Amino acid sequence: MGGNLYANPADCNCAPPCRAVIGERRLRPVSSPRVSPELIDELRAIVGAAAVVADEASTRVYECDGFTLARSAPDVVVLPGSRDEMVAVVRKVAASGLCFVPRGAGTGLSGGCLPLDAPVMIGTSRMRAIRSVDFENRRVVAEAGVVNLHVTRAAAAHGLFYAPDPSSQSACTIGGNVAENSGGPHTLKYGVTTNHVLGLELVLPDGEVVELGGEVDDVPGYDLRGLAIGAEGTFGIVTAATLRLVRTPQAVRTLLGMFRDVDDACRAVSAIIAAGILPAALELMDRMIVEAVEAAYGFGFPPDAGAVLIVELDGLEVGLGEQVDAVRAICQTARASEVRVARDEAERAALWKSRKRAFGAVGRLAPNYCTQDGVVPRGSVPEILRRIAAAAERYRLRIANVFHAGDGNIHPIMLFDERDADEVSRVLAAGKEILEACVELGGSVTGEHGIGVEKIEQMPLLFSPVDLRVMSELRLVFDAQRRCNPGKIFPTPGACVETVKVGMPRRQVPL
Amino acid sequence: MIDAALLRQCVHCGLCLDACPTYLQLGTEMDSPRGRIHLVGAVSEGSLPLSADVVRHLDLCLGCRACETACPSGVEYGRILEAGRAAVETQWRRPLGDRLRRRLLIELFPHPRRLRAVAGLVRLLQALGLWRIVTALIPSARLMPEVQPTSALRSTAADGVAVMRVALLEGCVSGVLQGGVNSAAQRVLNRCGAAVDIPADQTCCGALHLHAGDLEGARRLARTNVDAFSSGAVPDAVVVTAAGCGAAMREYGALLRDDPRYAERAAALAARVRDATEVADELLDRCPPLGARAQRVTYHDACHLAHAQGVRQPPRRLLAALPGLELIELAESDLCCGSAGSYNLTEPDMAAALGRRKVDNIIATGVDSVAVANPGCALQIAAELRRRGSAVRVAHPLELLDEAMRGGEGT
Ligand SMILES: Cc1cc2nc3c(=O)[nH]c(=O)nc-3n(C[C@H](O)[C@H](O)[C@H](O)COP(=O)(O)OP(=O)(O)OC[C@H]3O[C@@H](n4cnc5c(N)ncnc54)[C@H](O)[C@@H]3O)c2cc1C
Ligand code: SF4
Ligand code: SF4
Repeated sequence: MGGNLYANPADCNCAPPCRAVIGERRLRPVSSPRVSPELIDELRAIVGAAAVVADEASTRVYECDGFTLARSAPDVVVLPGSRDEMVAVVRKVAASGLCFVPRGAGTGLSGGCLPLDAPVMIGTSRMRAIRSVDFENRRVVAEAGVVNLHVTRAAAAHGLFYAPDPSSQSACTIGGNVAENSGGPHTLKYGVTTNHVLGLELVLPDGEVVELGGEVDDVPGYDLRGLAIGAEGTFGIVTAATLRLVRTPQAVRTLLGMFRDVDDACRAVSAIIAAGILPAALELMDRMIVEAVEAAYGFGFPPDAGAVLIVELDGLEVGLGEQVDAVRAICQTARASEVRVARDEAERAALWKSRKRAFGAVGRLAPNYCTQDGVVPRGSVPEILRRIAAAAERYRLRIANVFHAGDGNIHPIMLFDERDADEVSRVLAAGKEILEACVELGGSVTGEHGIGVEKIEQMPLLFSPVDLRVMSELRLVFDAQRRCNPGKIFPTPGACVETVKVGMPRRQVPL
Repeated sequence: MIDAALLRQCVHCGLCLDACPTYLQLGTEMDSPRGRIHLVGAVSEGSLPLSADVVRHLDLCLGCRACETACPSGVEYGRILEAGRAAVETQWRRPLGDRLRRRLLIELFPHPRRLRAVAGLVRLLQALGLWRIVTALIPSARLMPEVQPTSALRSTAADGVAVMRVALLEGCVSGVLQGGVNSAAQRVLNRCGAAVDIPADQTCCGALHLHAGDLEGARRLARTNVDAFSSGAVPDAVVVTAAGCGAAMREYGALLRDDPRYAERAAALAARVRDATEVADELLDRCPPLGARAQRVTYHDACHLAHAQGVRQPPRRLLAALPGLELIELAESDLCCGSAGSYNLTEPDMAAALGRRKVDNIIATGVDSVAVANPGCALQIAAELRRRGSAVRVAHPLELLDEAMRGGEGT
């Protein structure tokens, strides 16, 4: 199996030939040659010298994304500034038979843009134009490198916004969002990226440009747009997307329920959904997170809260008050010790800041941390929390929880110190066990962070060999030679990913 | 070489990228905060040699600290940068021309007397119409405003009963090139009931040394100022009109932490440092009636005020309180204008690009004036406005307040 993560690289016994069987086929890694100086000159001729990064120091900073346990620097990074430059670059790279990896802002949490056997990295950071905005039809065409939040900024004056709001929205790009099918706290009501992308402009690994989807919702034929969203950059490079804008809700109310423990809070979550209320967001933080957030941002959570539930309701002003009352009553029935409604926009903003920056606060608890992104059916949330607690005890780890309760998307944050090798391997083992438990409970190993290299090993847990075969054959339709982002998603043979422990101390971010 | 705990604070999440001016301009990771931290870390752990490339990317950093505002993990980027630059200064030999240019800045700017002499020369050349020749030879000299003769300030009492006693930092660049701002601040403070002392032996705040990686030079100046500002009666606040100086003085505690003779007094002084707009905002209720004047004004957030000192609202409140003034928000108001201390002298291309970006945004607001609370930014923005032939005026918020106090006579 390739792309595995070991606390100690010596644990890997897959070299020299590292082979995995997917379905009935054996896949071989594409062994990519190194980048030649001539190619670098040719790339410079296309995009300009400043947009080609090839020196040792500069390529080093591209060695990882937000998942820092795995690292590998590309030989060269190319940053095209337009679709035409992108096409020319991809053609040139194709002609030299090299593999490449797309990169947006590098905020990914699963090593998606880690160059594995791909010496060329192609970034979209210079493709930041919003090509057109059509307020009447609520559409915007954004280049792949546009930062998520900028789409909403461009539309806000017209009372519109772009709904998918990953916590990284101030930095992550539309291209990265498309590749990961990203969601966010407001996914519960508004859906994920795929629900808001009408069309894609995709540069295939041979340099051909295809338009997937279109300007309208229903395009006849196969939904190739849907296929490409969530492909984690294995179909080619997205250069632009036509996005759907949503009307900014007339009114918003944000409630805070304080509970004695997460079980009570989970009961409230189930009851809210059962009552037919669809909150815009439904987020849960456990005691450890609440304490850390309180220490960092001083929002004013009660010191003894065992769990805090954030419920955001939005819609028309009329009727919202009733929903607020209903949610309040439900929380009280679930033995909430207190239910508060954010007084004004400032308090609401402070609350979301605490929530979206929760991981920054967790950094105060330990030198490193690592998060998982499992999903379970909503009803199984209390059960998975119990299993997480059990794993924490067995592996002698501290694990905090902050998650999208409405979608059953959990984010256990495992605290550790990377200088303690034994603790690192306990973290890896506990993480694996938690994800296996998610699958056992009928869920999945990733909600929104993608497979990348981090969760490759768990793919066979989720999918049958036939499933995996169909998926990897499908990929060949777009990328016949598997030259775009090799070594990702599927357990294909390839070089082991080095897990750097001697490297620069870094902590991994949870959502 | 660098405190590993500082580096460990960074989780590599990238949330700082979109706040960084050099990343916005270039789109290259090594010119982003996360990239620079990565470089400093790799060099400091010994897995990457210190090279011209590494130095290049550290040099290109504006030190604007927008990344600190954006970072959820509380990374103290400013300290990482200072440590990185200090390492460069001790372990890296720059090419000769580069060395001379950098030395010249340090020998000139922090010395009011030398600066006054140069300013006198510039004034003469400007009067004779010969300045054009200089700007043709040295492009960054175009930043030089029409230099006005200035005189050193003297301590003044409050109008009426003093509610507060403050000490004012004259500053070097600001004192010489923007003397009018300090006088305006002093008048405003006096009228609002503050006595203003001008401690005699004060000197340059040391910001330039700090940014250039000359920690010893910075400490030397800091000690002189600690002595100057803590002799005699302790002021209620040490007031600074130049954001860059204020930010540097707030660091005195950390800078002199290991100096047993100064540590305590340095920390006490640092804790008293306030920007002039903060103090004026606080005293606004006490100020005499203000004259009305219809004007459209926008406000530029100086990095060293907004990011380094967290002061954003006081200057806005103060401007909004002026009768007849319509305050219009500036797009990317807290994105660096490219001035960044001596940056426009060491990195003219990036500085100019950011200056253009800033002025594009200012012109788009359609204002009469842009209020700027830092002399470096004021020079930079004014030079770019001049180049475009724009009539938008650059003024310190306290100059606008001073004018309103004088009954709105204008300049
Ligand atoms: C603090 C923090 C909070 C986060 N919160 C959330 C959250 O709430 N929800 C969520 O879903 N995710 C979250 N993430 C994960 C991450 O931000 C998202 O996956 C995001 O979509 C990645 O975007 P990016 O531009 O950084 O892409 P990168 O990290 O650069 O790349 C991600 C993947 O996309 C591919 N890719 C990038 N651009 C293109 C392109 N133009 N064409 C084809 N493939 C491309 C890359 O090859 C890679 O496989 C969070 C991350 C951080 C650091
Ligand atoms: S200080 Fe400014 S220029 Fe330097 S890394 Fe931070 S944001 Fe970028
Ligand atoms: S400096 Fe802060 S925001 Fe930037 S990558 Fe590091 S932790 Fe994230």
